[in-house]
Amino acid sequence: MTINWPLEVVKAVLAAVIVFTFLAVIGAMLGVLLERKIGGWIQSRLGPKHVGRQGLLQTVADTIKLLQKEHITPHAADVAIFNTAPLIVAVAGLLDWIVIPFAPGLIVRDLNIGVLFFAAMASLTVVGILAGGFASNNKYALLGGLRSASQMISYELPLAAALIAVAMEAGTLSTVSIVEAQARQGWFVIWQFPAFVIFMIAATAEVNRVPFDLPEAESELVAGYFSEYTGMRFALFQLGEYAEMFAMAALATTLFLGGWKGPILPPLVWFFIKMYAIVFFLMWMRWTYPRLRLDQLLNLSWKLLLPAGLVWILITGYRITF
Amino acid sequence: MGELAAFIILSAIALVSAVVVVTSGNIVRSALSLVPTFLGVTGLYILLQAEFVAGIQVLIYAGAITVLILFVIMLTEGGTGLRVRQVNEQVAAGLLATVVLAGLLIGVFLRTDWPRGPGALPQYTAEAIGRTFLTTAVLIFEVTSLLLLVSLIGAIIVARRER
Repeated sequence: MTINWPLEVVKAVLAAVIVFTFLAVIGAMLGVLLERKIGGWIQSRLGPKHVGRQGLLQTVADTIKLLQKEHITPHAADVAIFNTAPLIVAVAGLLDWIVIPFAPGLIVRDLNIGVLFFAAMASLTVVGILAGGFASNNKYALLGGLRSASQMISYELPLAAALIAVAMEAGTLSTVSIVEAQARQGWFVIWQFPAFVIFMIAATAEVNRVPFDLPEAESELVAGYFSEYTGMRFALFQLGEYAEMFAMAALATTLFLGGWKGPILPPLVWFFIKMYAIVFFLMWMRWTYPRLRLDQLLNLSWKLLLPAGLVWILITGYRITF
Repeated sequence: MGELAAFIILSAIALVSAVVVVTSGNIVRSALSLVPTFLGVTGLYILLQAEFVAGIQVLIYAGAITVLILFVIMLTEGGTGLRVRQVNEQVAAGLLATVVLAGLLIGVFLRTDWPRGPGALPQYTAEAIGRTFLTTAVLIFEVTSLLLLVSLIGAIIVARRER
Protein backbone atom coordinates (compact mmCIF):
# COMPACT_ATOMS: atom_id res chain seq x y z
CA MET A 1 0.00 0.00 0.00
CA THR A 2 1.59 3.26 -1.09
CA ILE A 3 0.36 6.51 0.35
CA ASN A 4 1.04 9.85 -1.30
CA TRP A 5 2.20 11.56 1.90
CA PRO A 6 2.50 15.21 0.75
CA LEU A 7 -0.97 15.00 -0.78
CA GLU A 8 -2.39 13.46 2.40
CA VAL A 9 -0.85 16.20 4.54
CA VAL A 10 -2.29 18.91 2.27
CA LYS A 11 -5.69 17.20 2.38
CA ALA A 12 -5.56 16.97 6.17
CA VAL A 13 -4.69 20.68 6.50
CA LEU A 14 -7.46 21.68 4.08
CA ALA A 15 -10.00 19.48 5.87
CA ALA A 16 -8.99 20.99 9.22
CA VAL A 17 -9.38 24.54 7.86
CA ILE A 18 -12.79 23.77 6.33
CA VAL A 19 -14.11 22.00 9.45
CA PHE A 20 -12.78 24.76 11.71
CA THR A 21 -14.40 27.50 9.62
CA PHE A 22 -17.63 25.53 9.49
CA LEU A 23 -17.62 25.11 13.26
CA ALA A 24 -16.68 28.70 14.02
CA VAL A 25 -19.41 30.08 11.76
CA ILE A 26 -22.19 27.48 11.82
CA GLY A 27 -21.46 25.95 15.21
CA ALA A 28 -20.31 28.70 17.50
CA MET A 29 -21.61 31.96 15.97
CA LEU A 30 -24.95 30.72 14.70
CA GLY A 31 -25.24 28.39 17.69
CA VAL A 32 -24.89 31.19 20.23
CA LEU A 33 -27.40 33.32 18.31
CA LEU A 34 -29.88 30.41 18.17
CA GLU A 35 -29.31 29.72 21.84
CA ARG A 36 -30.13 33.31 22.78
CA LYS A 37 -33.09 33.60 20.41
CA ILE A 38 -34.62 30.29 21.51
CA GLY A 39 -33.92 31.16 25.14
CA GLY A 40 -35.68 34.49 24.64
CA TRP A 41 -38.61 32.80 22.95
CA ILE A 42 -39.00 30.18 25.70
CA GLN A 43 -38.77 32.80 28.45
CA SER A 44 -41.14 35.25 26.68
CA ARG A 45 -38.55 37.90 25.94
CA LEU A 46 -36.99 39.13 22.73
CA GLY A 47 -33.35 38.06 22.90
CA PRO A 48 -30.71 40.00 20.92
CA LYS A 49 -32.44 42.58 18.77
CA HIS A 50 -30.22 45.58 18.05
CA VAL A 51 -27.18 44.60 15.98
CA GLY A 52 -28.23 43.91 12.41
CA ARG A 53 -31.71 42.89 11.33
CA GLN A 54 -33.49 41.24 14.30
CA GLY A 55 -30.11 40.95 16.06
CA LEU A 56 -28.73 38.60 13.39
CA LEU A 57 -25.25 40.16 13.55
CA GLN A 58 -25.05 40.16 17.36
CA THR A 59 -22.69 37.18 17.61
CA VAL A 60 -20.54 38.47 14.74
CA ALA A 61 -20.06 41.67 16.73
CA ASP A 62 -19.37 39.66 19.88
CA THR A 63 -16.73 37.60 18.08
CA ILE A 64 -14.97 40.73 16.79
CA LYS A 65 -15.08 42.16 20.31
CA LEU A 66 -13.53 38.95 21.74
CA LEU A 67 -10.80 38.97 19.08
CA GLN A 68 -9.72 42.47 20.13
CA LYS A 69 -9.67 41.83 23.87
CA GLU A 70 -6.49 41.62 25.89
CA HIS A 71 -5.07 38.25 26.91
CA ILE A 72 -4.85 38.28 30.67
CA THR A 73 -2.76 35.63 32.39
CA PRO A 74 -3.29 35.54 36.16
CA HIS A 75 -0.16 36.27 38.18
CA ALA A 76 -0.08 32.90 39.97
CA ALA A 77 -1.19 30.81 36.99
CA ASP A 78 0.82 27.94 35.53
CA VAL A 79 1.42 29.74 32.24
CA ALA A 80 2.23 26.80 29.94
CA ILE A 81 -0.78 24.73 31.00
CA PHE A 82 -2.99 27.83 31.16
CA ASN A 83 -2.27 28.64 27.52
CA THR A 84 -2.54 25.07 26.26
CA ALA A 85 -5.86 24.14 27.91
CA PRO A 86 -8.20 26.06 25.53
CA LEU A 87 -6.38 24.53 22.57
CA ILE A 88 -6.96 21.00 23.87
CA VAL A 89 -10.68 21.66 24.24
CA ALA A 90 -11.01 23.28 20.81
CA VAL A 91 -8.94 20.64 18.99
CA ALA A 92 -10.79 17.76 20.67
CA GLY A 93 -14.09 19.33 19.59
CA LEU A 94 -12.71 19.68 16.08
CA LEU A 95 -11.46 16.09 15.81
CA ASP A 96 -14.94 14.70 16.57
CA TRP A 97 -16.05 15.87 13.14
CA ILE A 98 -13.66 13.63 11.22
CA VAL A 99 -16.08 10.69 11.31
CA ILE A 100 -19.35 12.59 10.78
CA PRO A 101 -20.86 11.78 7.35
CA PHE A 102 -22.71 14.86 6.05
CA ALA A 103 -23.78 13.27 2.78
CA PRO A 104 -22.66 10.31 0.64
CA GLY A 105 -18.92 10.84 0.14
CA LEU A 106 -18.90 14.06 2.15
CA ILE A 107 -16.92 12.87 5.16
CA VAL A 108 -13.36 13.70 6.17
CA ARG A 109 -12.55 9.99 6.60
CA ASP A 110 -14.75 6.94 6.96
CA LEU A 111 -12.73 5.16 9.65
CA ASN A 112 -13.65 1.55 10.36
CA ILE A 113 -13.54 2.41 14.06
CA GLY A 114 -15.63 5.57 13.54
CA VAL A 115 -17.85 5.41 16.62
CA LEU A 116 -14.96 4.41 18.87
CA PHE A 117 -12.88 7.26 17.44
CA PHE A 118 -15.66 9.71 18.25
CA ALA A 119 -15.88 8.50 21.86
CA ALA A 120 -12.09 8.68 22.21
CA MET A 121 -11.85 12.25 20.92
CA ALA A 122 -14.81 13.37 23.04
CA SER A 123 -13.05 11.96 26.10
CA LEU A 124 -10.02 14.21 25.49
CA THR A 125 -12.02 17.38 26.19
CA VAL A 126 -12.00 16.70 29.90
CA VAL A 127 -8.19 16.86 30.01
CA GLY A 128 -8.35 20.43 28.69
CA ILE A 129 -11.08 21.44 31.10
CA LEU A 130 -9.28 19.97 34.11
CA ALA A 131 -5.98 21.52 33.01
CA GLY A 132 -7.61 24.93 32.57
CA GLY A 133 -9.29 24.70 35.95
CA PHE A 134 -6.05 23.76 37.67
CA ALA A 135 -3.75 26.20 35.88
CA SER A 136 -5.93 29.24 36.63
CA ASN A 137 -4.93 28.95 40.32
CA ASN A 138 -8.41 30.00 41.36
CA LYS A 139 -10.55 27.99 43.73
CA TYR A 140 -13.73 28.37 41.67
CA ALA A 141 -11.94 27.35 38.50
CA LEU A 142 -10.43 24.32 40.23
CA LEU A 143 -13.80 23.29 41.67
CA GLY A 144 -15.36 23.62 38.23
CA GLY A 145 -12.58 21.52 36.71
CA LEU A 146 -12.96 18.79 39.32
CA ARG A 147 -16.73 18.73 38.95
CA SER A 148 -16.31 18.49 35.22
CA ALA A 149 -13.86 15.60 35.55
CA SER A 150 -16.13 13.54 37.80
CA GLN A 151 -19.14 14.30 35.62
CA MET A 152 -17.54 13.55 32.27
CA ILE A 153 -15.85 10.36 33.47
CA SER A 154 -19.19 9.15 34.87
CA TYR A 155 -21.23 9.90 31.77
CA GLU A 156 -18.69 8.51 29.33
CA LEU A 157 -19.75 5.01 30.40
CA PRO A 158 -23.50 5.25 29.62
CA LEU A 159 -22.56 7.06 26.40
CA ALA A 160 -20.28 4.19 25.45
CA ALA A 161 -23.01 1.68 26.36
CA ALA A 162 -25.45 3.42 24.00
CA LEU A 163 -22.83 3.49 21.23
CA ILE A 164 -22.08 -0.22 21.74
CA ALA A 165 -25.79 -1.12 21.47
CA VAL A 166 -26.06 0.79 18.17
CA ALA A 167 -22.85 -0.74 16.84
CA MET A 168 -24.20 -4.21 17.71
CA GLU A 169 -27.49 -3.55 15.92
CA ALA A 170 -25.69 -2.29 12.81
CA GLY A 171 -22.89 -4.85 13.04
CA THR A 172 -20.24 -2.22 12.39
CA LEU A 173 -18.40 0.70 13.98
CA SER A 174 -18.17 2.77 10.79
CA THR A 175 -20.53 5.75 10.76
CA VAL A 176 -21.22 5.46 7.02
CA SER A 177 -22.11 1.77 7.36
CA ILE A 178 -24.41 2.56 10.30
CA VAL A 179 -26.32 5.06 8.14
CA GLU A 180 -26.61 2.42 5.41
CA ALA A 181 -27.77 -0.20 7.91
CA GLN A 182 -30.57 2.15 8.93
CA ALA A 183 -31.65 2.50 5.32
CA ARG A 184 -32.23 -1.30 5.38
CA GLN A 185 -33.55 -1.81 8.93
CA GLY A 186 -35.33 1.48 9.64
CA TRP A 187 -34.20 4.29 11.90
CA PHE A 188 -32.48 3.11 15.05
CA VAL A 189 -34.42 5.65 17.11
CA ILE A 190 -37.24 3.06 16.89
CA TRP A 191 -35.25 -0.18 17.36
CA GLN A 192 -32.79 1.35 19.77
CA PHE A 193 -35.06 3.77 21.60
CA PRO A 194 -33.61 3.13 25.10
CA ALA A 195 -30.11 3.62 23.66
CA PHE A 196 -31.29 6.90 22.11
CA VAL A 197 -32.60 8.16 25.46
CA ILE A 198 -29.40 7.13 27.25
CA PHE A 199 -27.30 8.72 24.51
CA MET A 200 -29.15 12.03 24.65
CA ILE A 201 -28.91 12.31 28.45
CA ALA A 202 -25.26 11.29 28.52
CA ALA A 203 -24.42 13.57 25.59
CA THR A 204 -26.01 16.56 27.34
CA ALA A 205 -23.91 15.78 30.42
CA GLU A 206 -20.76 15.25 28.33
CA VAL A 207 -21.02 18.73 26.80
CA ASN A 208 -21.71 20.31 30.22
CA ARG A 209 -25.04 21.84 29.35
CA VAL A 210 -27.98 22.60 31.63
CA PRO A 211 -29.34 20.58 33.47
CA PHE A 212 -25.80 19.19 33.81
CA ASP A 213 -23.80 22.43 33.76
CA LEU A 214 -22.26 22.11 37.23
CA PRO A 215 -18.68 22.67 35.96
CA GLU A 216 -19.62 26.22 34.99
CA ALA A 217 -22.55 26.88 37.30
CA GLU A 218 -22.41 30.67 37.20
CA SER A 219 -24.49 31.17 40.34
CA GLU A 220 -22.08 29.05 42.42
CA LEU A 221 -18.70 29.13 40.70
CA VAL A 222 -18.60 32.49 38.80
CA ALA A 223 -18.00 30.71 35.48
CA GLY A 224 -16.31 27.51 36.62
CA TYR A 225 -13.18 26.34 34.87
CA PHE A 226 -12.90 29.31 32.48
CA SER A 227 -13.38 32.07 35.07
CA GLU A 228 -9.87 33.43 34.47
CA TYR A 229 -9.86 33.28 30.69
CA THR A 230 -10.32 36.38 28.55
CA GLY A 231 -10.66 37.27 24.90
CA MET A 232 -9.87 34.66 22.32
CA ARG A 233 -8.86 31.98 24.83
CA PHE A 234 -12.31 32.21 26.39
CA ALA A 235 -13.75 32.10 22.86
CA LEU A 236 -11.77 28.91 22.15
CA PHE A 237 -13.35 27.23 25.18
CA GLN A 238 -16.74 28.38 23.96
CA LEU A 239 -15.95 27.18 20.44
CA GLY A 240 -14.88 23.79 21.75
CA GLU A 241 -18.06 23.47 23.77
CA TYR A 242 -20.32 24.34 20.85
CA ALA A 243 -18.29 22.17 18.48
CA GLU A 244 -18.79 19.29 20.90
CA MET A 245 -22.51 19.97 21.25
CA PHE A 246 -23.03 20.12 17.50
CA ALA A 247 -20.88 17.01 17.10
CA MET A 248 -23.08 15.15 19.58
CA ALA A 249 -26.17 16.31 17.66
CA ALA A 250 -24.56 15.23 14.38
CA LEU A 251 -23.67 11.83 15.84
CA ALA A 252 -27.21 11.38 17.19
CA THR A 253 -28.46 12.17 13.68
CA THR A 254 -26.07 9.64 12.18
CA LEU A 255 -26.69 6.85 14.66
CA PHE A 256 -30.40 7.17 15.38
CA LEU A 257 -32.14 9.35 12.79
CA GLY A 258 -30.91 7.75 9.59
CA GLY A 259 -28.15 10.28 8.85
CA TRP A 260 -28.39 11.97 5.48
CA LYS A 261 -31.16 9.72 4.10
CA GLY A 262 -34.53 11.24 3.31
CA PRO A 263 -36.94 11.77 0.42
CA ILE A 264 -36.95 14.58 -2.20
CA LEU A 265 -34.55 17.06 -0.54
CA PRO A 266 -30.79 16.66 -1.11
CA PRO A 267 -28.90 14.58 1.51
CA LEU A 268 -26.99 17.54 2.96
CA VAL A 269 -30.22 19.43 3.63
CA TRP A 270 -31.72 16.39 5.36
CA PHE A 271 -28.63 16.04 7.50
CA PHE A 272 -28.82 19.64 8.67
CA ILE A 273 -32.58 19.48 9.28
CA LYS A 274 -32.12 16.48 11.56
CA MET A 275 -29.03 17.90 13.25
CA TYR A 276 -30.72 21.22 14.01
CA ALA A 277 -33.78 19.37 15.34
CA ILE A 278 -31.50 17.70 17.91
CA VAL A 279 -29.71 21.01 18.61
CA PHE A 280 -33.08 22.65 19.17
CA PHE A 281 -34.04 19.83 21.54
CA LEU A 282 -30.83 20.36 23.54
CA MET A 283 -31.52 24.12 23.76
CA TRP A 284 -35.12 23.49 24.73
CA MET A 285 -33.90 21.30 27.63
CA ARG A 286 -31.42 23.98 28.68
CA TRP A 287 -34.02 26.69 29.05
CA THR A 288 -36.61 24.42 30.67
CA TYR A 289 -34.94 22.40 33.42
CA PRO A 290 -33.17 23.53 36.59
CA ARG A 291 -29.65 22.36 37.38
CA LEU A 292 -29.08 19.04 39.18
CA ARG A 293 -27.14 18.72 42.40
CA LEU A 294 -23.76 16.94 42.16
CA ASP A 295 -24.94 13.84 44.08
CA GLN A 296 -28.13 13.61 42.00
CA LEU A 297 -26.02 13.92 38.88
CA LEU A 298 -23.67 11.09 39.84
CA ASN A 299 -26.51 8.88 41.10
CA LEU A 300 -28.34 9.30 37.80
CA SER A 301 -25.30 8.11 35.88
CA TRP A 302 -24.08 5.24 38.07
CA LYS A 303 -27.34 3.91 39.49
CA LEU A 304 -29.72 4.43 36.59
CA LEU A 305 -28.16 5.10 33.20
CA LEU A 306 -25.24 2.67 33.40
CA PRO A 307 -27.30 -0.36 34.60
CA ALA A 308 -29.99 0.49 32.04
CA GLY A 309 -27.34 0.67 29.33
CA LEU A 310 -25.83 -2.69 30.31
CA VAL A 311 -29.25 -4.37 30.41
CA TRP A 312 -30.05 -2.88 27.01
CA ILE A 313 -26.78 -4.24 25.57
CA LEU A 314 -27.82 -7.67 26.89
CA ILE A 315 -31.30 -7.38 25.33
CA THR A 316 -29.84 -6.20 22.02
CA GLY A 317 -27.38 -9.10 22.07
CA TYR A 318 -30.23 -11.55 22.71
CA ARG A 319 -32.32 -10.02 19.91
CA ILE A 320 -29.65 -10.09 17.24
CA THR A 321 -28.45 -13.60 18.18
CA PHE A 322 -31.79 -15.39 18.37
CA MET B 1 9.65 7.82 3.35
CA GLY B 2 6.51 9.39 4.75
CA GLU B 3 6.08 6.46 7.08
CA LEU B 4 9.61 6.92 8.40
CA ALA B 5 8.99 10.65 8.93
CA ALA B 6 5.74 9.88 10.75
CA PHE B 7 7.51 7.30 12.90
CA ILE B 8 10.29 9.72 13.84
CA ILE B 9 7.87 12.56 14.64
CA LEU B 10 5.58 10.34 16.72
CA SER B 11 8.49 8.75 18.59
CA ALA B 12 9.94 12.19 19.31
CA ILE B 13 6.60 13.37 20.72
CA ALA B 14 6.29 10.27 22.88
CA LEU B 15 9.89 10.34 24.11
CA VAL B 16 10.18 14.07 24.82
CA SER B 17 6.95 14.14 26.81
CA ALA B 18 7.99 10.92 28.59
CA VAL B 19 11.19 12.67 29.70
CA VAL B 20 9.07 15.55 31.04
CA VAL B 21 6.93 13.02 32.94
CA VAL B 22 9.92 11.63 34.84
CA THR B 23 11.87 14.86 35.33
CA SER B 24 9.35 17.65 35.94
CA GLY B 25 9.21 18.98 39.48
CA ASN B 26 5.54 19.85 39.09
CA ILE B 27 3.47 16.73 39.51
CA VAL B 28 0.49 18.09 37.53
CA ARG B 29 2.77 18.85 34.59
CA SER B 30 4.08 15.30 34.82
CA ALA B 31 0.53 13.93 34.72
CA LEU B 32 -0.48 16.18 31.80
CA SER B 33 2.65 15.21 29.86
CA LEU B 34 1.33 11.66 29.88
CA VAL B 35 -1.28 12.76 27.31
CA PRO B 36 1.18 13.49 24.46
CA THR B 37 3.10 10.33 25.41
CA PHE B 38 -0.04 8.23 25.04
CA LEU B 39 -1.01 10.03 21.83
CA GLY B 40 2.44 9.42 20.34
CA VAL B 41 2.14 5.72 21.13
CA THR B 42 -1.36 5.81 19.62
CA GLY B 43 0.15 7.16 16.42
CA LEU B 44 2.61 4.25 16.38
CA TYR B 45 -0.31 1.81 16.75
CA ILE B 46 -1.98 3.43 13.75
CA LEU B 47 1.24 3.08 11.75
CA LEU B 48 1.07 -0.64 12.59
CA GLN B 49 -2.55 -0.70 11.31
CA ALA B 50 -3.90 -1.56 14.75
CA GLU B 51 -6.58 1.12 14.66
CA PHE B 52 -8.90 -0.54 17.19
CA VAL B 53 -6.13 -0.69 19.79
CA ALA B 54 -5.29 2.93 18.95
CA GLY B 55 -8.89 4.03 19.59
CA ILE B 56 -8.99 2.17 22.89
CA GLN B 57 -5.61 3.67 23.84
CA VAL B 58 -6.93 7.21 23.45
CA LEU B 59 -10.25 6.44 25.13
CA ILE B 60 -8.82 4.63 28.16
CA TYR B 61 -5.32 6.03 28.66
CA ALA B 62 -5.34 9.60 27.35
CA GLY B 63 -8.98 10.26 28.21
CA ALA B 64 -9.55 8.35 31.43
CA ILE B 65 -6.34 7.24 33.18
CA THR B 66 -4.75 10.70 32.93
CA VAL B 67 -7.88 12.32 34.32
CA LEU B 68 -7.94 9.77 37.12
CA ILE B 69 -4.31 10.59 37.99
CA LEU B 70 -5.04 14.34 37.91
CA PHE B 71 -8.11 13.78 40.04
CA VAL B 72 -6.12 11.87 42.64
CA ILE B 73 -3.43 14.57 42.72
CA MET B 74 -5.94 17.38 43.15
CA LEU B 75 -7.92 15.58 45.86
CA THR B 76 -4.91 14.43 47.87
CA GLU B 77 -4.48 16.38 51.06
CA GLY B 78 -1.19 18.02 51.97
CA GLY B 79 1.26 19.36 49.44
CA THR B 80 0.52 21.19 46.24
CA GLY B 81 2.56 18.77 44.17
CA LEU B 82 4.93 21.60 43.27
CA ARG B 83 8.71 21.19 43.50
CA VAL B 84 8.57 17.45 43.94
CA ARG B 85 11.92 15.69 43.74
CA GLN B 86 11.85 12.80 41.34
CA VAL B 87 15.43 11.62 41.97
CA ASN B 88 17.18 10.58 45.18
CA GLU B 89 20.86 10.36 46.09
CA GLN B 90 21.46 6.96 44.54
CA VAL B 91 22.18 8.24 41.06
CA ALA B 92 25.09 5.86 40.47
CA ALA B 93 23.13 2.72 41.40
CA GLY B 94 20.17 3.88 39.32
CA LEU B 95 22.39 4.57 36.34
CA LEU B 96 23.95 1.12 36.63
CA ALA B 97 20.55 -0.59 36.80
CA THR B 98 19.37 1.41 33.80
CA VAL B 99 22.41 0.57 31.70
CA VAL B 100 22.13 -3.15 32.55
CA LEU B 101 18.41 -3.18 31.77
CA ALA B 102 18.91 -1.26 28.51
CA GLY B 103 21.72 -3.65 27.52
CA LEU B 104 19.51 -6.65 28.23
CA LEU B 105 16.58 -5.24 26.28
CA ILE B 106 18.70 -4.25 23.29
CA GLY B 107 20.30 -7.71 23.34
CA VAL B 108 16.87 -9.35 23.32
CA PHE B 109 15.65 -7.09 20.53
CA LEU B 110 18.68 -7.84 18.37
CA ARG B 111 18.55 -11.60 18.95
CA THR B 112 14.81 -12.02 18.43
CA ASP B 113 13.83 -13.17 14.98
CA TRP B 114 10.83 -10.91 14.39
CA PRO B 115 8.38 -13.10 12.49
CA ARG B 116 6.65 -11.51 9.56
CA GLY B 117 3.29 -13.17 9.07
CA PRO B 118 2.52 -13.90 5.45
CA GLY B 119 -1.23 -13.23 5.72
CA ALA B 120 -2.79 -9.80 5.39
CA LEU B 121 -4.48 -8.15 8.36
CA PRO B 122 -8.23 -8.66 8.53
CA GLN B 123 -10.12 -5.74 7.02
CA TYR B 124 -12.04 -5.23 10.22
CA THR B 125 -9.85 -5.83 13.26
CA ALA B 126 -12.54 -4.96 15.84
CA GLU B 127 -14.55 -8.05 14.89
CA ALA B 128 -11.46 -10.29 14.91
CA ILE B 129 -10.45 -9.00 18.35
CA GLY B 130 -13.96 -9.60 19.68
CA ARG B 131 -14.00 -13.14 18.32
CA THR B 132 -10.62 -13.90 19.89
CA PHE B 133 -11.83 -12.59 23.23
CA LEU B 134 -14.79 -14.96 23.23
CA THR B 135 -13.08 -18.06 21.79
CA THR B 136 -9.34 -18.71 22.14
CA ALA B 137 -8.58 -16.00 24.72
CA VAL B 138 -11.77 -16.40 26.74
CA LEU B 139 -9.97 -17.54 29.92
CA ILE B 140 -7.60 -14.56 29.97
CA PHE B 141 -10.52 -12.25 29.19
CA GLU B 142 -12.66 -13.60 32.02
CA VAL B 143 -9.81 -13.66 34.56
CA THR B 144 -8.97 -10.04 33.71
CA SER B 145 -12.62 -9.06 34.15
CA LEU B 146 -12.71 -10.84 37.51
CA LEU B 147 -9.51 -9.07 38.59
CA LEU B 148 -10.98 -5.69 37.67
CA LEU B 149 -14.19 -6.50 39.52
CA VAL B 150 -12.25 -7.51 42.63
CA SER B 151 -10.22 -4.31 42.60
CA LEU B 152 -13.41 -2.29 42.06
CA ILE B 153 -15.05 -3.88 45.11
CA GLY B 154 -11.80 -3.45 47.07
CA ALA B 155 -11.69 0.26 46.19
CA ILE B 156 -15.27 0.71 47.38
CA ILE B 157 -14.54 -1.06 50.69
CA VAL B 158 -11.39 0.99 51.29
CA ALA B 159 -13.23 4.23 50.52
CA ARG B 160 -16.15 3.34 52.79
CA ARG B 161 -14.04 2.52 55.84
CA GLU B 162 -12.93 6.14 56.15
CA ARG B 163 -16.35 7.29 57.32
